[in-house]
Amino acid sequence: MSDLAFDTIEAPTRGFTVGQYLICLRGIMWREALRFVHQRERFVSALVRPLVWLFIFAAGFRQILGVSIIPPYETYVLYEVYVTPGLIAMIQLFNGMQSSLSMVYDREMGNMRMLLVSPFPRWFLIVSKLLSSTAVSILQVAAFLVVATIWGVDIPTWGYVTVLPALVLVGLMLGALGMLLSSLIKQLENFAGVMNFVIFPMFFASSALYPLWLVQQSSPVVYTICRLNPFTYGIELIRFSLYGKLDLLSLAVVLIAAIIFTIGAILAYDPSRGLLVRRGGGPA
Amino acid sequence: MNVISPDMTVATAVPALSVTGVSHSYGSRRALDNVSLTVPQGEFTAVLGLNGAGKTTLLSLITRLFDARQGSISVLGYRIDREPGEALRRLGVVFQARTLDLDLSVMENLLFHAALHGIGGREARRRAHAALLDVGIAERAKDKARNLSGGQMRRVEIARSLMHEPRLLVLDEPTVGLDIASKVAIVTHVRRLVRERGVGVLWTTHLLDEIEPDDNILILHLGKPQAHGVVRDVVAASGQDTLRAAFTALTEAPPQEAA
Repeated sequence: MSDLAFDTIEAPTRGFTVGQYLICLRGIMWREALRFVHQRERFVSALVRPLVWLFIFAAGFRQILGVSIIPPYETYVLYEVYVTPGLIAMIQLFNGMQSSLSMVYDREMGNMRMLLVSPFPRWFLIVSKLLSSTAVSILQVAAFLVVATIWGVDIPTWGYVTVLPALVLVGLMLGALGMLLSSLIKQLENFAGVMNFVIFPMFFASSALYPLWLVQQSSPVVYTICRLNPFTYGIELIRFSLYGKLDLLSLAVVLIAAIIFTIGAILAYDPSRGLLVRRGGGPA
Repeated sequence: MNVISPDMTVATAVPALSVTGVSHSYGSRRALDNVSLTVPQGEFTAVLGLNGAGKTTLLSLITRLFDARQGSISVLGYRIDREPGEALRRLGVVFQARTLDLDLSVMENLLFHAALHGIGGREARRRAHAALLDVGIAERAKDKARNLSGGQMRRVEIARSLMHEPRLLVLDEPTVGLDIASKVAIVTHVRRLVRERGVGVLWTTHLLDEIEPDDNILILHLGKPQAHGVVRDVVAASGQDTLRAAFTALTEAPPQEAA
């Protein structure tokens, strides 16, 4: 019997409505939120890490490092103020990698499979997962900003609003990078390599801790690496948006990188092309 | 729900699952070689094989964790590679590895699964409650999944797999690691689904005591199909007296080429 004949016999409903897509998206976001709530230590560590940098590292550097007037700042700023966008991006970077770690864990433990056997298109599931991871990272950033403000980091009031679109874009870019990496990591134990070869180089070879003109003065090679690092542009996008300004170059780089990483992640989890095909989809 | 759904009567001619000439390799290692299989609606079909026979690979292809290199797979007439959404919405699956999110409660696990099938709100809660009642575990709905026993987790996974009312249920060695009572309860429950709801079931196992004389079976050995048909026919064709003897004979020798 032909496939066509099959199609016409048993088809009480076909496809999904927009409402059903939204239910699926909401379900994936809800699960990510529940996991976030249940894993309090994840939230605490996500908050403690940048705060340690802010409280200790920034306090020391404040006396050593002078930050000249560079856009978007219109006057001299304290080092704590300079480093805050970098720490915000750091939260999103770690969250993206944490999400990657959780995908590797889910794959090893098997519950990733339940996501992959959903009848919704694979790209939609991947993008939904990315959005949920980004939403969690924004919650972490909000908590950090509250503490940073109490600590004395001065941010314009409207900056809390204007930074939101930047956080969404940077969160998507880093979440997609994490998801792409998760497809490349065969086992959980290999995740330490991500720390050494992705997180640390991305963070330190960027404008998170020092303005790029300072880096350029000390090492043109490192400066070039920083300029090639998409994370640098994520930080600058956040930095400018905190002051209600838009850095077009940063926006373009973050957008392009987010699109490339997302397409890579979708291809990596594609049933016909992805790495699961070669690896057998995890444990038997 | 213990009745056969109305549209099932017109759809029984369509096999719940049709696997035709499927082959798959991981790199240079051939995991499946020209496997064909049909699971009619309302029937129990088992894939028997030792470890490494290719059972899990076959289920991974049926559930489209990845696509088959050769051959075709259809669920209720929908090609899994061409209309994956239509095929997967008619398919329920219980993987061999535990797939519950241990940090979520039993109910949350079920509601998450419902959302992945576009079912939300009260309808999702209603179905989740009914599914848990059906497997006799409703009183644990609020417990964290990690606090369940192995048998209870498996029952929750079966309840979850039925929430979107699939017409085909595939289970990959669902009783491995369970005690006798849990094992019997699960086998009995799944057979009741076949009998009362007309669900087509594909069950992989290496435990021959889970097989009944009227079942359809496919014996796989090192990725190659060795025999396919009703148990008594397979036993007769093998020249042995029992399924155990037939299975042993067919999985001890080097794999036979598929007919």
